[in-house]
Amino acid sequence: MGRLSWRLAKVAEVRPETARVVTLALDVPGWDGHLPGQHLDVRLTAEDGYQAERSYSIASAPDGARVELAVERLDDGEVSPYLAGELRQGDQLELRGPVGGYFVWEPSRGGPLLLVAGGSGVVPLMAMLRHRAASGSQVPARLLFSSRSLDEVIFRAELERLEAADDGLTVTHTLTRSQPPGWVGYARRVDVVMLEEVGWRPGERPLAFVCGPTRLVEAVAGHLVALGHDPDRVRTERFGPTGVP
Amino acid sequence: MDGFVSRGFRRRRPAGTEQAAKLPPGQYAETGFPVLTAGPTPRVDLAEWRLKVEGLVRNPMQWTWEETMALPRSSFEGDIHCVTKWSKLDTGFAGVSVDTLLEAVDPLPEASHVVAFCYGGYTTNLPLDDLRGGKAWVVWEHEGAPLPAEHGGPARLLVPHLYLWKSAKWLNGLRLLDHDAPGFWESLGYHNRGDPWREERYWGD
Repeated sequence: MGRLSWRLAKVAEVRPETARVVTLALDVPGWDGHLPGQHLDVRLTAEDGYQAERSYSIASAPDGARVELAVERLDDGEVSPYLAGELRQGDQLELRGPVGGYFVWEPSRGGPLLLVAGGSGVVPLMAMLRHRAASGSQVPARLLFSSRSLDEVIFRAELERLEAADDGLTVTHTLTRSQPPGWVGYARRVDVVMLEEVGWRPGERPLAFVCGPTRLVEAVAGHLVALGHDPDRVRTERFGPTGVP
Repeated sequence: MDGFVSRGFRRRRPAGTEQAAKLPPGQYAETGFPVLTAGPTPRVDLAEWRLKVEGLVRNPMQWTWEETMALPRSSFEGDIHCVTKWSKLDTGFAGVSVDTLLEAVDPLPEASHVVAFCYGGYTTNLPLDDLRGGKAWVVWEHEGAPLPAEHGGPARLLVPHLYLWKSAKWLNGLRLLDHDAPGFWESLGYHNRGDPWREERYWGD
């Protein structure tokens, strides 16, 4: 297999998702496609030659040479403030990928799907849901999505649209820090009771993908195993302030 | 891309020369200790735990936890590098040198490669030479405290001169082979050897 070579992508669109998260739509000449859940590497080069590399999950379903990232701006970061603050339509960006062959899903891998996200950990799961919708898959899917507040729910409107398509997807939010007046949904961190209420029974043998900060991922994966789910069907990925600034 | 400059991008981290010299290409210094795992963290009962060294050896061995704790102690102070771009500088681990384990099992001359196998099913492959000569450890302490489960406790392999996915967490044993046998990430797009100074991240690098 050949080397994953660096490519020069062009920013086609910058789309705000929340106050701190933007979607970057990139046109990548020669992009060979990707699987939902994979990530890519971004490399920035300063005028003095200094370079910084980071990995970002791909948010979009496979779609020709178009690739979308959703990047959360972390104020003490070096790369994310540039991607989610400085970069404009028409700018160029060096990247290579796709990378990763385990935290991936496509309809042929079946289900039912249990997706559990914390904050920007929803990004690779969104690629799976977008691909599921675009390919007309009927694989039953449940997304349990933990955000700090309603304003910080990434892809909120799009998730509503996807759920409204009534094709076997349900979306459940929990808001851990603040809730709007009249909120009747969950208002705490994901716990074992929530996973029992929202998730599938172990006998239904769901395929689980868990992505978010380490604390959430460790807790959720541990709860799922304790509930009797097969550890081999629980796949995890970390995303957020630690590890991907 | 030779000559490409990212419009408007400037270095935000201080260019401390000493730190910069310790960072392999494409890496940045991380003060925390991020956790990266493909699945749930296995919980291993120390009473059941075993450290095995087997395969092409004259004297296959398995050690209980107590027997492992009684092995000659060896520690590592230095830098570790994760393929996801972070490096942790000047950090300390303690355990036993893999040299000590190999001495006990007496590898056969034809042994050339090793598969590390783990509780939870993870595997990674290494040339035998990357595990001997004071370059590799089985560790159960980090910064003077027991290695937390999310970082690979009870015990993990530590091969600090290669990317950290080679330092298999929740280690159960080493199997010596006369051929190379790609492990988990090595079968899923990651480089077979993983030398951070050559930036061997992915297939073909």
